[in-house]
Amino acid sequence: MKRYLFRIIKSKIISVILTLIVILSTIPFLLVLYFIIKNGISVINWEFLTSLPKPVGEPGGGILNAIVGTAMLVIMALILSVPFGILVGVYLAERSEGRIAFFSRLVSEILQGVPSIVIGIIAYLWVVKPMGHFSALSGGVALGIMMLPLVIKSTEEILKLIPREIKEASLALGVPYYRTILKVIIPAGLSGILTGILTGVARIAGETAPLLFTAFGNPFLNFDILKPISAMPLLIFTYAVSPYEEWWAKAWGASCILVLFVLSLNIITRLLSRR
Amino acid sequence: MFYEKLNKLKEKIIEQGNLVESMIEKSIRGLINKDKALLLEVIQIDEPRTNEAEIEIDEMCINLIARFQPTAQDLRTIIMILKMNNDLERIADMAENISESALFLIERPMVKPLIDLPKMAEETMRMLKDSIDSFIKNDPKLAKSVCERDDVVDAYRDQILRELVTYMISDPTTIERALHLERISRNLERIADLATNIGEDVIYIVEGKVIKHGRYKEGEGA
Amino acid sequence: MSDIVLKTENLTASYDEHIVVKNVNLSIIRNKITAIMGPSGCGKTTLIRCFNRMHELSPKAKVEGKVLLIENSNEIIDVYSVDPMLVRRKIGMVFQKPNPFPTMSIYENVIAGYILNGIKLKKSEADEIVEESLKKVSLWDEVKDRLRKKGTFLSGGQQQRLCIARALAMKPDIILLDEPTSALDPVATAKIEELIEQLKDTVTIVIVTHNVGQAGRISDYVAFMYLGELVEYGPTDVIFTRPSHEKTEEFLTGKIG
Repeated sequence: MKRYLFRIIKSKIISVILTLIVILSTIPFLLVLYFIIKNGISVINWEFLTSLPKPVGEPGGGILNAIVGTAMLVIMALILSVPFGILVGVYLAERSEGRIAFFSRLVSEILQGVPSIVIGIIAYLWVVKPMGHFSALSGGVALGIMMLPLVIKSTEEILKLIPREIKEASLALGVPYYRTILKVIIPAGLSGILTGILTGVARIAGETAPLLFTAFGNPFLNFDILKPISAMPLLIFTYAVSPYEEWWAKAWGASCILVLFVLSLNIITRLLSRR
Repeated sequence: MFYEKLNKLKEKIIEQGNLVESMIEKSIRGLINKDKALLLEVIQIDEPRTNEAEIEIDEMCINLIARFQPTAQDLRTIIMILKMNNDLERIADMAENISESALFLIERPMVKPLIDLPKMAEETMRMLKDSIDSFIKNDPKLAKSVCERDDVVDAYRDQILRELVTYMISDPTTIERALHLERISRNLERIADLATNIGEDVIYIVEGKVIKHGRYKEGEGA
Repeated sequence: MSDIVLKTENLTASYDEHIVVKNVNLSIIRNKITAIMGPSGCGKTTLIRCFNRMHELSPKAKVEGKVLLIENSNEIIDVYSVDPMLVRRKIGMVFQKPNPFPTMSIYENVIAGYILNGIKLKKSEADEIVEESLKKVSLWDEVKDRLRKKGTFLSGGQQQRLCIARALAMKPDIILLDEPTSALDPVATAKIEELIEQLKDTVTIVIVTHNVGQAGRISDYVAFMYLGELVEYGPTDVIFTRPSHEKTEEFLTGKIG
């Protein structure tokens, strides 16, 4: 009986310790969120979201250029990475053995491990140098390359989870292979693939390093993909390292918006994958 | 699937029962009316038919057991049909025996007027009919009454035997004819025994109780 | 001889040099239920997957010999010399695990063969095929009010019946059932067995089962396979009561398999 009691106590202690560790691990995240919201929320208003930056010393002004820039960069990255990534993912899921699969999987994994600044350099060499100037396009390319392995991996993983029976059911109805992939396999994995894409977007939306010498930044509103463009992380970087206190406040505001954007993407992803 | 086939089997065994019943009836009627054609029909047409049906029913039972592995009442029904099938075929053989003796008798003068024999045949046929009816209606009460009536038929047989013995002693020329009459009554008595068997089988199917060999008195049972 | 709908000639199938079906010669009778039984790994599933050319989908799979689909006396299709898609529309298949398409409604699942093949149906035609197919599998009354719901919301037995309806909707000559009840409870199994019995007027059925009882209950003919070979084939009544081969006897009496 005594022994039994001892066991119960031991079990209780362990579970309390584990709970504490879990709570502890969330503290840094909660602190970051707290500081960013505390410092940033007061800056955010309608004008902040819809107007361009004003010179130092003038009150008001906003970050519209950065919001538009980030949106354009994300869209370009999506266009570049999603179709290609899904195709590669389908290939890997369908032909999981074989040399081509082995190499493309290896390459994709290495790509995922490459530091983002290096990817920036690659985009610089491929796009900026031949063009002779910085551009939104080069930033899109850099972010697209970053997203690619994420899309490939999530597509492959989700398609592997789709039961083989579903594919066989389609083939047994006399449906050709390509139609089976397009009309049965991809639709069945669609929510999973979407989740992967959203995770990718959340990941690249905050990237600064690859944009430093590609998109470069631009204090004006720009819709031309061949010209430099601003982006949220670039703007935060520039403002944060500036000597002006009012710019610091704007950096907090922009950080707050970026964090809330990424946070909500993550929540949407969770909801999607739970379905 | 299974029940369709089981019902078909039941129909088949009932058909066999009816055929056998009619064979007894015909052979007795043939004897009384001196109808040679009727007696020959029993021997040449009906008896071979019952043989074929017996094989067919056997096969149906075996197939049902092999393919559906029946249990409980379904199993009891099939096994009992298998036994009834056997009994009915033997009854058919006995009806043939009766017809054979009748064929012998109708060519010759009667030893004595037929009084008890038709009554005995009637009682026997009623027993057989009731035992088959009790199977059709799943009626253990009727089946039990069949078993109890066996004594009546036994009494007829003893009575007929005693009577024939007196005839044979007084006039030895009657011996051969008297023995044929005795054969008929003996076969009828056996038929009644087999009808009793069928009755017992029916009670086993419905109640799952063994009442053979005098185990049927109230309060007893396996 | 009886009316043959499918015939194999020296059919041999292998995976990666490993032979799983050896030299099988089998004639399937039209509008009858043929059960293929045998211990696991005896090649019975592979055999029927050769009938509709599903076997060749597995990597390194090979098939030798002939499979003939006899539509009528003057129309014989050599299964391995035509487009496999054509063969699969004429020989339907139902799998071990119920596998309705998860993205499709009950209605769409029934006519999935048409939708996925890009065959256009008029609304009235589609309605008719759906109702008729679901009635054949006695699912119509259970689902007629929720045809637009996802097929995956149904119970396992209902899903399997939906899959049978999906195969029936293509109006095939033969339906191959690969252990269709192995994932179902006894009540659902009984229902499917009853259904199979009713379907044989419209379509020839070949069912693979490792369950001796099931083969006995529903089939008209039985083929017994052992180690890739067809050991014995004949009317179920005969095979189940007096098999002529020792291996069949051992399998039926539970000594092997």
